[in-house]
Amino acid sequence: MPLMTTVLFYVFSAILLGSSVLVITARNPVYSALYLVLAFFSAAALFLLVGAEFLGLILVLVYVGAVMVLFLFVVMMLDINLAQLREGFLRYLPLGLAVALLGVLELSAVFWTAPLGRLGIPASSLPKGTSNTRALGTLLYTHYLYPFEIAGVILLVAIIAAIALTLRRRPETRSQAIGEQVAVRAGDRLRLVDLREPQK
Amino acid sequence: MMGTPTLASWLILGALLFSIGVTGIFLNRKNVIILLMAIELLLLAVNINLVAFSRYLGNLQGQIFVFFVLTVAAAEAAIGLAILVVYFRNRHSINVDDIDELRG
Repeated sequence: MPLMTTVLFYVFSAILLGSSVLVITARNPVYSALYLVLAFFSAAALFLLVGAEFLGLILVLVYVGAVMVLFLFVVMMLDINLAQLREGFLRYLPLGLAVALLGVLELSAVFWTAPLGRLGIPASSLPKGTSNTRALGTLLYTHYLYPFEIAGVILLVAIIAAIALTLRRRPETRSQAIGEQVAVRAGDRLRLVDLREPQK
Repeated sequence: MMGTPTLASWLILGALLFSIGVTGIFLNRKNVIILLMAIELLLLAVNINLVAFSRYLGNLQGQIFVFFVLTVAAAEAAIGLAILVVYFRNRHSINVDDIDELRG
C-alpha cells in the first residue's frame, strides 16, 4: 500500500473511534445521532480505502441518508426527560470500561498470536477491468439470488410492521370518509316535497 | 506499530469499535435511543471485520454478507424506532426501567 493510503487509514480510524466514543457519551441524543453520522461517514471512507466501493456508497446512502434521518426524526419528535435518563451513567462507568478493556485485550491477544502474517497484503479477487460493484452484482444476482429476494421480503415485512405499529385510529378527530361520499345518492340528501294545494 | 495496515490492524479497529459499542450499552442503559445507536455501532464493527477479511482473503462473499447485515440492520432500526414511538405514546417515557408492563 502506498504511504498516503496508510496515513488515511489511521486518520479515518481515529475519527471513527473518536466519534463513536462521543456517540455513547454525548449529553443530548441529537448530538449522539450526529456523531453517529460522522462515524458512518468515516467507516464509508475506510470501505472505499480497502476497495469495497459499493459497500462504502451503500453505507452513506442507506445509513446516513435513511436510518440516521429516521433516528434524528424520532429523537426530535419525542419530548424526553434527559436528566432522568442520564442517571446511573457514572455508576456503570467502571464496569463498562472494565468489560471493554477486557474485550479489547482478549481480541487483540488473538490477533497478535494467530498466524495472520501471510495476510499482510490485500489479495485481489477481481479480474482485470472489473469494478467492485460489477463483481458484487454478478455474485449477488446469480449465486445469492434467493438470499437477495429473502432480504427484499424482510424489508417489506419491516415496512408493514413499522406502519402497523405506529398507525393509530383517532375516532375523536374529524376526517373525510371518502367511501361514504362517493357512495351517496341524490335521494339521501334531497327530498322533493309537493307544496301545491291539494285539488278539491 | 504504525506501519502499513495489515489484516490485524483492521481486526483491532473492529475490536475497538465493538468494545466502544458494548461500553455504550453499559453506560446508557436507561435511554433506549442510545441503546439502539450502540447496537448500530456493534453491527458496524462486525461489518468492518467482514470487509477486511473479504479484502485480505480475496473472497467477495464477505462483502455479500455485509450487504445482508446492512439490510437486516436497517429493518431492525425501523421496527425498533416504531416500537419506541408507540411506547412513548403510551407511557410518555423511554426509560428502560419503566418497561415492566408484562411483569406478572
